[in-house]
Amino acid sequence: MALDKNGIAQRIAKEVKDGYYVNLGIGIPTLVANFVRDDIEVEFQSENGILGMGPFPFEGEEDADLINAGKQTITALPGASFFDSATSFGMIRGKHVDLTILGAMEVAENGDIANWKIPGKMVKGMGGAMDLVASAENIIVAMMHTNKAGKSKLLKKCSLPLTGVGCVTTIVTNLAVLNVTEEGFKLIERAPGVSVEEIEKATEGKLIVEGEIPEMKL
Amino acid sequence: MIRKTVNNVQEALEGVEDSMTFMLGGFGLCGIPENAISELVKRNIKDITCISNNAGVDDFGLGLLLKKNQIKKMVSSYVGENAEFERQMLSGELEVELTPQGTLAAKCLAAQQGFPAIYTPAGYGTEVSLNKETRKFEDKMYVLEEAYKADFAFVKAWKGDEAGNLIFKGTARNFNPNMCGAAKVTVVEVEELVPAGELDPNQIHIPGIFVQRIFQGKDYEKRIEQRTVRPKK
Repeated sequence: MALDKNGIAQRIAKEVKDGYYVNLGIGIPTLVANFVRDDIEVEFQSENGILGMGPFPFEGEEDADLINAGKQTITALPGASFFDSATSFGMIRGKHVDLTILGAMEVAENGDIANWKIPGKMVKGMGGAMDLVASAENIIVAMMHTNKAGKSKLLKKCSLPLTGVGCVTTIVTNLAVLNVTEEGFKLIERAPGVSVEEIEKATEGKLIVEGEIPEMKL
Repeated sequence: MIRKTVNNVQEALEGVEDSMTFMLGGFGLCGIPENAISELVKRNIKDITCISNNAGVDDFGLGLLLKKNQIKKMVSSYVGENAEFERQMLSGELEVELTPQGTLAAKCLAAQQGFPAIYTPAGYGTEVSLNKETRKFEDKMYVLEEAYKADFAFVKAWKGDEAGNLIFKGTARNFNPNMCGAAKVTVVEVEELVPAGELDPNQIHIPGIFVQRIFQGKDYEKRIEQRTVRPKK
């Protein structure tokens, strides 16, 4: 069965390693924090200016001066720090953040990503996404394999305006885990009960299937 | 001690005119210069160019200036929370320059620190880098982005002293320190203005040299955009 959003987040959480500084985007990526093993040390960065981001505050303890990049009220864990926007993006640009997890509308087989604009329809802006994808070396995209109309989001070439070029390394969808290689999307794992054929059908870009493809372990 | 205090927001905004370019601190509604925005609305300053990460919401923050059509151009990274903004942009009433968030911060910082421009990898190969100079450093491509030029920077800090030294709180810090000294005149409003000597010099985030005017702000609403909580056990 294909994964739901929490399932995708749960699978991605396995990529979060001890000692990592991690930037989580809005949407499915935010859910990843709920599934990270509690026997490892990880610090979450939010690009508006906090390292060591904690869970939502208890009711009545919200602080207007303490929010995440999604403008939600949050808390700061012991060891947290606050900083200005230039310093925050200095951490990102300077490759001090180990892992970036973000959503996408489209990913191309060469690692191009589009997630900020639908011309004529939706123009909200790129926020920090262009900075993140241009600098991070370890980028996981969390998304559904197809859009609401059933069309593949893993394409030969992005049709929407790009956020970054050739930058995505790993994609985790409701159907599969894939790596972006020089030859195309390499299938690494299948979601429980999902066949290679189903994944092939849902992937427009070049899919590389080598040998037996294992099922994800969540 | 060089004194930077002015009595109120009216004095702080002396010299503000139509068609000027303003930098405004804040991320979403967090750490925005509420008093300066109210005064700009009250004076009905027109044809403004605003450099600000976001554009407020329909009835608060920069949304108040948008509603009265006072803004000619917005320079921002994310404008998603404002329906009036979207309407004005799609109808062509409002000019919009969308800039990656880190680039926006870097262009403010460059202006503060005397760099005419910076190279950043953000936006390379996208429409953001169209008609901009690009250059390769060690096999990676970068885009040349010029420092901003602004007439006023409106900044919100938590505490400040008479010398203009500033301390920010939590994530209300965001773009505020980067905009200090990045415009011809930097105007700071604070929740708590204290006499010189009261703030520990070791704890100052921005030294007063980057500030021209500081005043005690009032009536802060500090609105929360997305109130998210967990139940008490």
